[in-house]
Amino acid sequence: MKSRGAAKASRGSAARLGLMAVPVAFFGVFFAYPVAAIVARGLKVDGGWRFGRIAEVLGDSAIRHVLWFTTWQALVSTALTLLIALPGAYVFARFDFRGKRTLRAVVTVPFVLPTVVVGTAFLALVGRGGLLDELWGVRLDTTVWAILLAHVFFNYAVVVRTVGGLWAQLDPRQEEAARMLGASSLKAWRKVTLPALAPAVAAAALMVFLFTFTSFGVVQILGGPTFSTLEVEIYRQTSEIFDLSTAAVLTLVQFAAVGAVLAVHAWTVRRRETALRLVNPSVTARRPRGAGQWALLAGVLATVVLLLVLPLAVLVERSFHAPGFAYYKELTADDSGIFLVAPIEAVRNSLEYAVTATAIAVVVGGLAAAALTRRDAGPLGRVARGFDALLMLPLGVSAVTVGFGFLIALDEPPLDLRASWILVPLAQALVGVPFVVRTMLPVLRAVDARLREAAAVLGASPWRVWREVDLPMVRRALLIAAGFAFAVSLGEFGATVFIARPDHPTLPVAVARLLGHPGDLNYGQAMALSTILMVVCAVALLVLEGMLPQSRSSTGGTPVDRTGEF
Amino acid sequence: MSTRKKFVAAAVGLGLVTLSACGASGSGSGGSDSKTVTLVSHDSFAYSKDVLKAFEKESGYEVKVLKNGDAGQAVNTAILTKDNPQGDVFFGVDNTLLSRALDNGLFQSYEAEGSDLIKEEYRVDQDQHRVTPIDSGDICVNYDKAYFSERELDPPQSFDDLVKPEYRNLLVTENASTSSPGLGFLLGTAAKYGDDGWQDYWKKLKANGVKVVGGWEQAYNEEFSGSAGGKEAKADRPLVVSYASSPPAEVVFADPRPKTAPTGVAAGTCFRQVEYAGLLSNAKNTEGGKELIDFLVGKQFQEDMPLNMFVYPVREGAQVPEEFTQYGPQAEDPETMEPAKIAENRDQWVKSWTSLVLK
Repeated sequence: MKSRGAAKASRGSAARLGLMAVPVAFFGVFFAYPVAAIVARGLKVDGGWRFGRIAEVLGDSAIRHVLWFTTWQALVSTALTLLIALPGAYVFARFDFRGKRTLRAVVTVPFVLPTVVVGTAFLALVGRGGLLDELWGVRLDTTVWAILLAHVFFNYAVVVRTVGGLWAQLDPRQEEAARMLGASSLKAWRKVTLPALAPAVAAAALMVFLFTFTSFGVVQILGGPTFSTLEVEIYRQTSEIFDLSTAAVLTLVQFAAVGAVLAVHAWTVRRRETALRLVNPSVTARRPRGAGQWALLAGVLATVVLLLVLPLAVLVERSFHAPGFAYYKELTADDSGIFLVAPIEAVRNSLEYAVTATAIAVVVGGLAAAALTRRDAGPLGRVARGFDALLMLPLGVSAVTVGFGFLIALDEPPLDLRASWILVPLAQALVGVPFVVRTMLPVLRAVDARLREAAAVLGASPWRVWREVDLPMVRRALLIAAGFAFAVSLGEFGATVFIARPDHPTLPVAVARLLGHPGDLNYGQAMALSTILMVVCAVALLVLEGMLPQSRSSTGGTPVDRTGEF
Repeated sequence: MSTRKKFVAAAVGLGLVTLSACGASGSGSGGSDSKTVTLVSHDSFAYSKDVLKAFEKESGYEVKVLKNGDAGQAVNTAILTKDNPQGDVFFGVDNTLLSRALDNGLFQSYEAEGSDLIKEEYRVDQDQHRVTPIDSGDICVNYDKAYFSERELDPPQSFDDLVKPEYRNLLVTENASTSSPGLGFLLGTAAKYGDDGWQDYWKKLKANGVKVVGGWEQAYNEEFSGSAGGKEAKADRPLVVSYASSPPAEVVFADPRPKTAPTGVAAGTCFRQVEYAGLLSNAKNTEGGKELIDFLVGKQFQEDMPLNMFVYPVREGAQVPEEFTQYGPQAEDPETMEPAKIAENRDQWVKSWTSLVLK
């Protein structure tokens, strides 16, 4: 018996290593190699490494200040986002209310908008003549508060979707049981729900941190020229000053910082992910009861409207300022001079790229998550954990670094992709994969391993086990992950602008280019195209959510343990 | 079960997309065959389709255009990929970056057919002919006509005017370390007041309330009261560092077109930017590349540029569209600076400027 078990275990390990092959190859070729190439270009001069540059650059007090500010604002932004968005995650997970699905799609919209437009929108809230200015004479532009609030605006959906996704599937009866046993509602939440949610909260915090740590446009537009992050500094060193050795050191610093954060994340999460009893989310949500719950719902809705909907509405409103939808009509004209094609064609380009990027991200990220599901002890486990962390790195690396790396590294057959359209979805998928992994992994790990074992004992092949046991339970997570990957690739700008072909602009690239020209029609078209981008994003997410499993009447409203189907 | 079927169908669909994507990628790279000529440029490169088609028909080459980010990024990637270039011709290196490109051996010599027709003042590198001037543009302070006429105040005309008390808190410019017009304006003041004088000028400008923002988009669309975006945002700065061609653009990109431009140019605040093209050092299709450069300085393309890129032609006798002559005459006597001098001083100047103005 023992030897058979060992053989089986090693076969399982081999299978998991096999699953890992695709993601490893993907990251090796499209991330590690290009980034290593550009870093090596900066640090290797005449065949010799110049590691002395690291000490020189870090010795510069201006650089140390940038590093300090970058870290500080990312930590505060993450804390603020969690503070504001966690009640939202609860409300979206546990309450039923009219327009919930639409609103959940709407809060994700900021995520896809290019920062140059969001800056405009956000200034209408916190800038001169903005809402706060009108009401209380408060102006936050060029203060750090504008940066922090804009980061909440961008990342609200990350918390709501990542945490809310798991929260909706937690069995509320456990918390109810704790309360019946005499725990206060806060204590019940802290002792029962919070531990179960911890992995998802940590994952969301990690992603928000990485996004804000590499913030570029928000800092530049809302903070004014006195605030600078590592990302801005890397852009300056590579694009303006052309000091690749400083840029390389800064990239390594980014790696080190991101690596440290990933280590902390792994350390906090490792013992917390446990098999959970997941239930059908449609039966955990119900109408709010009592004044407290209604107040919570109202508070969350007010926050969403003020912080997210209002800035977006400003853009929509400005897109309609010309009589007779003139800005929208202009989008279909292909004689503008700024583009080779009618700007409206950017919609199709963006969709094609985003669908391809989502497919790549879901396949690569899904395989990685499947491979990482079982935590092994020993060296194999360490390799797996290391790889898990590696997958997150693209979120913490400058888009300029990746863009430059692509162009200098992927230049030899069979990988001479520099002129190929596939480069765009590949760059976008790099940012999408971490979302897929982080969204799916907590859910996959929550699946009781005994179910898989039972299925295997009954003779199911590993593929069949995955399809029959894992897939039905992670379907929701998979769709949420796909939605994220889609939104991320729809909105990616920094690397895309490097490699998009002129006759195939994406929506964010087209918006930025329109805003780069004087003239009423260009400004108006930028607003109109941004509005279209929002609608495309919201509709795509609604379609994806439409594929989520709906509640079944046969269950009669009682919580369904979905494992019971087998 | 129907939801699951739908899901499986979607998953299979996504998988097929991936497969087709991978399959298509193999044929994506090209440009090495002699019937294709590839132009590498920056994000602002624009042209009329039919003009390029005419060239393709005449020459028999198919033209491929690749864009690599903003002007700085495009030049830098071109230098980094110089041993195995992405294309045959690079367009869009300007006088602030020219020395970097030449010193790094980006281009090979080629004297374009028709380069004798290029106006004297734009010619550079006359002994080696590594680059050919293609277009020029002026970075100038623009003013909001309505603001000044309402207050019966004359708009400023020169650098000296900008530090006068009547223009206090009116000017917005861009960060010279991240924005090309911001850098151009700094270079203009350095050309005007000399290596030792510009810092004093900026101290006065700072004391007179100049505002600095990150990039042109924020300056023009958010802070400048004369732009469409600025009106929406209730902007309160009637002076902005932009281009001499911005007023004609305000007319061309308006519907209905106004009779006069809503903005004007302070003629004595201009710095001249010239953009060049060159044959890349390891170009695969040198013959095609040469023909393409000839085309870029040819009459047809030169006359096509103004309304696409909002720049002026460099070729003698090339017609400028009426919108340009009427609303945005080219600066008569702009400040200029030798590319070599820019290369020598630029980083140090930007550094001093940053600590002087931003801190």
